[in-house]
Amino acid sequence: MNETAAVELVYHEARLLDEKRFDEWYELFTDDARYWMPLTRGQPDGETHTSLFYEDKLLLKVRIDRLRHPNAFSQQQPSFCQHVLQQPCLEGGTVGPDVCIVRTPFFYAESQLDRQLILTGVAFHHLVHVEGRLRIRLKKIELLNRDAALPSIQMLL
Amino acid sequence: MNRYRDNPEAIRSLVRPDRVHRDLYLDPELFDLEMEHLWRNTWLYVGHDSQVPASGDFYTTLIGREPVLMIRGADERVRVLPNRCSHKGTKLASAVHGKCQGGLIRCPYHGWTYRLDGTLRTVPLKSGYEGTDFEGSPVARGLPEIHSVNYRGFVFARLAATGPDFQEYFGDSLSSIDNLVDRSPEGKLEVAGGVLRYLHDCNWKMYVENLNDAMHPMVAHESSAGTAKKLWDGSAPAAGTPTPMVIEQFVPFVNGYEFFEKMGVRVYANGHSYTGVNFSIHSRYSSVGDYEARMIAAYGEERARRILGEARHNTVYYPNLTIKGAIQAIRVARPLAVDKTLIESWTFRLVGAPDELLARTTTYSRLINAPTSMVGHDDLHCYRSIQEGLASSAAEWVNLQRNYTAAEQSAGPAGTYGATNEAPMRGQFRAWADFMTRAMAGAG
Repeated sequence: MNETAAVELVYHEARLLDEKRFDEWYELFTDDARYWMPLTRGQPDGETHTSLFYEDKLLLKVRIDRLRHPNAFSQQQPSFCQHVLQQPCLEGGTVGPDVCIVRTPFFYAESQLDRQLILTGVAFHHLVHVEGRLRIRLKKIELLNRDAALPSIQMLL
Repeated sequence: MNRYRDNPEAIRSLVRPDRVHRDLYLDPELFDLEMEHLWRNTWLYVGHDSQVPASGDFYTTLIGREPVLMIRGADERVRVLPNRCSHKGTKLASAVHGKCQGGLIRCPYHGWTYRLDGTLRTVPLKSGYEGTDFEGSPVARGLPEIHSVNYRGFVFARLAATGPDFQEYFGDSLSSIDNLVDRSPEGKLEVAGGVLRYLHDCNWKMYVENLNDAMHPMVAHESSAGTAKKLWDGSAPAAGTPTPMVIEQFVPFVNGYEFFEKMGVRVYANGHSYTGVNFSIHSRYSSVGDYEARMIAAYGEERARRILGEARHNTVYYPNLTIKGAIQAIRVARPLAVDKTLIESWTFRLVGAPDELLARTTTYSRLINAPTSMVGHDDLHCYRSIQEGLASSAAEWVNLQRNYTAAEQSAGPAGTYGATNEAPMRGQFRAWADFMTRAMAGAG
């Protein structure tokens, strides 16, 4: 696994979200991918425990199509987001020829007119080679204040 | 300026049979009075007894603004006690869930200890109180237990010393809790799957009203549920492809008016009601594993079919609890300010049922009730828009006229109707005016 390519992909993924290039973003994920933001610390799975996000590609498609829907009323005044990433690093011991995990602490801001929400946490990208392309099989986001009462989070971390 | 304090007439004049004054959502003084009256005179959901499975286990929460402990005693009884040391007011416990060490509640400040039933056990260096008539002081009696009832695991409390009896207050609406608990082959629930805590910048009543509002899903949720339906239909799944759970859960939100009208609503006295008398958006979920067989083994065919044949949509236990028995999920409204409310979504494991049912309810909660929910975003957007829109001086009143009849004025809104009727909201406000003013001086 090429470390530079893996790190570049993590930066690129965040940039696509910030620029609302959702179709390109969607294509970064494998067909069996999950986008997961657990609700508790040490949460073993996304099935028998509720999560903030636990989305397969079908749900991600619903989400990005909804953001462009003329009657997405909560987005009549659109939201924007900004990721600020710390240098992504390969997790030790996980590097194989075709798979790796990249760990990236981040700050994330989401704004909608006069409101701004700031969140922070650590993202883990599980990357695989599929037909010569590096893609995301799992993006797991461990939000620092995942146990807090939270307002609407409308964009994607 | 006090417009409403000590003025029950002024408060009652805000609720008319078919409309309600905007001050109910906007006025901070009325919010204070709600916490002092409505939130004291009614029965409020506190927690589920499975959150405190063993003696000494506690759960800390608020009733209105008041910190309380729900705690299981040495006698196994679950009590609700003020979370306030009788000495100087320190909160006795601060973790959400925890266990008392050594079977005693111990204050973190000066080390006073209480038994699990709230009685005072020890005060350090007690000689300092000699000759002070300490034993005659209220503090010597310990933590005054709050009146509570454990109904099939659901613990409710009433802060006021007097008021309606629990059964009288909820009446037949308790059948929704019965149905929820009966869905476990062992008749037992356990809190499981985590709690979603979603901050709403709106008055709490907009949320409670919405739970039995059958006129909004097809409008407000077109962009989420409608998009899900379109994507799934457009994917042309091969015959026999099982419909994904998320599609089963999303799609009924965009059913037409006829569906929502025909599901029916039942309205009770004191603000309670449920939609889904005949069927609901939960009626057509796929069967799960051997769940039905387990239910039949436990209850016999006829009773099992009757239990599973109910698929109530939302039941409102006015004012702070709403439940979805058909998918073992509940939501608790916690008012924080006149324009700020915390909505907690809890889910249950049906003891003795397959884990897939837990996965189904955690999925539903995430899709519909999470701070990240596409459905929740549009609901909250509408509540917030009301909160802001009511600042308009174009009208003082919020209209609740749909299907209102003159007969309702004398008889009250209790009854069974097509579900698009606004009778549930009219019932809530009737109860609001009643329980707001019951204990006020001069109230007749």
